[in-house]
Amino acid sequence: MTTAQLIGNDPGWITLVKGLLIFIVCVLATLMSVWGERRIVARMQQRLGPNRVGPFGLVQALADGVKLALKEDLIPKAADRIVFVIAPIISATTCFMSFAVIPLSGKVTLFGHKTVMQLTDIPVGVLYVLAIASVGVYGIVLAGWSSGSTYPLLGGLRSSAQVISYEVAMGLSLVAVFIYSGSMSTSDIVAAQHQWWFCVTLFPSFVIYAISMVGETNRAPFDLAEAEGELVGGFHTEYSSLKFALFFLAEYVNIVAVSALATTLFLGGYHALPGLGFTESWLGGWFTVIWFLTKVIFFFFIFVWLRGTLPRLRYDQFMKFGWKVLIPFSLVWIMIVSTLRVLSLQGAPRAVVIGFVVGVVLLVFAGTTLVESAKKRRINEDALGEVLAPTFPVPAIPGSKTIKRTEQLNG
Amino acid sequence: MANLALEVGRTLQPEAILFWILAPLAVVSALGMLFVKKAVHSALLLAWVMVTLAIFYIAQDALFLGIVQIVVYTGAVMMLFLFILMLVGVDSSDSLVENIRGQRPASIAAAIGLGGLIISLISRANIGVETIGLQDANSMGNVQGLAQQLFTKYVWAFEVVSALLITAALGAMVLAHSTSTKSRTAQRDQSIARFRGASLATAAGLPSSGVFARHNAVDVPALLPDGSPAPTSISATLEARGDMLSSKPFELEAKEVEED
Repeated sequence: MTTAQLIGNDPGWITLVKGLLIFIVCVLATLMSVWGERRIVARMQQRLGPNRVGPFGLVQALADGVKLALKEDLIPKAADRIVFVIAPIISATTCFMSFAVIPLSGKVTLFGHKTVMQLTDIPVGVLYVLAIASVGVYGIVLAGWSSGSTYPLLGGLRSSAQVISYEVAMGLSLVAVFIYSGSMSTSDIVAAQHQWWFCVTLFPSFVIYAISMVGETNRAPFDLAEAEGELVGGFHTEYSSLKFALFFLAEYVNIVAVSALATTLFLGGYHALPGLGFTESWLGGWFTVIWFLTKVIFFFFIFVWLRGTLPRLRYDQFMKFGWKVLIPFSLVWIMIVSTLRVLSLQGAPRAVVIGFVVGVVLLVFAGTTLVESAKKRRINEDALGEVLAPTFPVPAIPGSKTIKRTEQLNG
Repeated sequence: MANLALEVGRTLQPEAILFWILAPLAVVSALGMLFVKKAVHSALLLAWVMVTLAIFYIAQDALFLGIVQIVVYTGAVMMLFLFILMLVGVDSSDSLVENIRGQRPASIAAAIGLGGLIISLISRANIGVETIGLQDANSMGNVQGLAQQLFTKYVWAFEVVSALLITAALGAMVLAHSTSTKSRTAQRDQSIARFRGASLATAAGLPSSGVFARHNAVDVPALLPDGSPAPTSISATLEARGDMLSSKPFELEAKEVEED
């Protein structure tokens, strides 16, 4: 029986139980990830992090949540009241919705009923996640606009421009996955990775997705929509109490959601690591959930690692990177992937396939060499121009002709 | 209309419930879109209408169309938001001045024409007839069936439409493009300019304001090493508005220092 048929056989109450379980996992994951992020970043900065509330400070996030809920709920005078209230609700509801199509486990038995831990399996599952993500941005844009002050407005504008441009790159990175798995349904994509994970066979797509998922969730180094140094808090500057808590919740659930999607599309979903396939039947199939969660936590750690390591990008550099690097690169990559796919589906002789791959590699080498040499020539020309007019002693500029300058300074 | 309502009453239960909840909401928000004052509210209601339409498509087995409706149209409405914020401003309502002469009668004529077209189409719709060929069209899957139609039978129309769209996008870019007479100064150019200037006094940047933060620190000038205020540490805007505090009360006097 296929996954879709299994899910179709679920009685209503099993669907309810599954929905509830997924919701609980999301909320718990948020609490744990807030704690985890603070502890990991603290370690990276040679601090201890929260360690007072509960063992290892585990309950810190819960305490913070209670504190947030008890704070005064302010609505600024200049705010558009209805939209101001709707915005955090949109953010917090949409972030949970994408979990409906994520397969969390293989075939398991839930209360004596054979099923899979996936709420629904639609043939356009991945597109559905993209659709939900594009609705979710409304929360941020509307929050920015309705606050009635400058910093949130700038944050909201930045975020919408950011999401529009990075969703293009993200969608393009998914095309290669669709081509190779022959389906847009999440369960089929996981099944197609039974032997080789797509992060190996479609490595460039994986890299593009990984970059654009950081941009999509507004996380460092792409957190320009809420850059503390420039925009105070960005779109949520005017929010307090529970409304702010909803944005906070949405941010972390979104991180878990894009990590779960990355796991599903590129890391083989709930499948075990290669060579450990026998573990998939442990605990009556429930062990697959542990594999899934391990991969999600791996992605989450990468998110935290990036935040602990990289400074924030400048806005124009960020947009330039999205439009002039990521999108053209993924377009070329899709052309290559689809050509290869057609060649293999039409049963082209091996020599033709190898010839195509070698040709592409040679073209890439030639292109990069040309670009590099042009860049080097430009730098040399710049350096020659700069040496001519120093009016006071400065340290040597890398690549400049220092002998010439000393001659000049000495008279 | 009465016929339509009767037919809806006879459809399957869940779909009918969905319809009777969402359809009035869609109609109300579509009307609201026309009558609300703020442009952003209008765009928001439009987005909601698009979402309800998508839900109807999904309920009628057009899964792909429904999802793409959300992806494409919510994305498009988002662009609309950007345009509203950038062109109209944050909270101004639309200007009613007619810029292009004869626009009003032309648009009324176009609206009546389009309305007539749509009404005549809807009135010719077959109601109460079993769907023919839906199973057949979806036999290989909704997406696959659509793709087959698009890339075999209708490939010419598809390509022509996409060429039209690309031309429109290029046209918009050409119209919006303006060549600047000189290149914008970047961080690097500014840094070079500071060092190439006549004096090196500002090479390290201006001094920051607000040494003693008894007030809003931005409006208090910084103190130079000799205790005198540094006028360049205050933003020119604040100075012009007269929002600058005198630094007199914060200045260090040699005598006081000795006493401490």
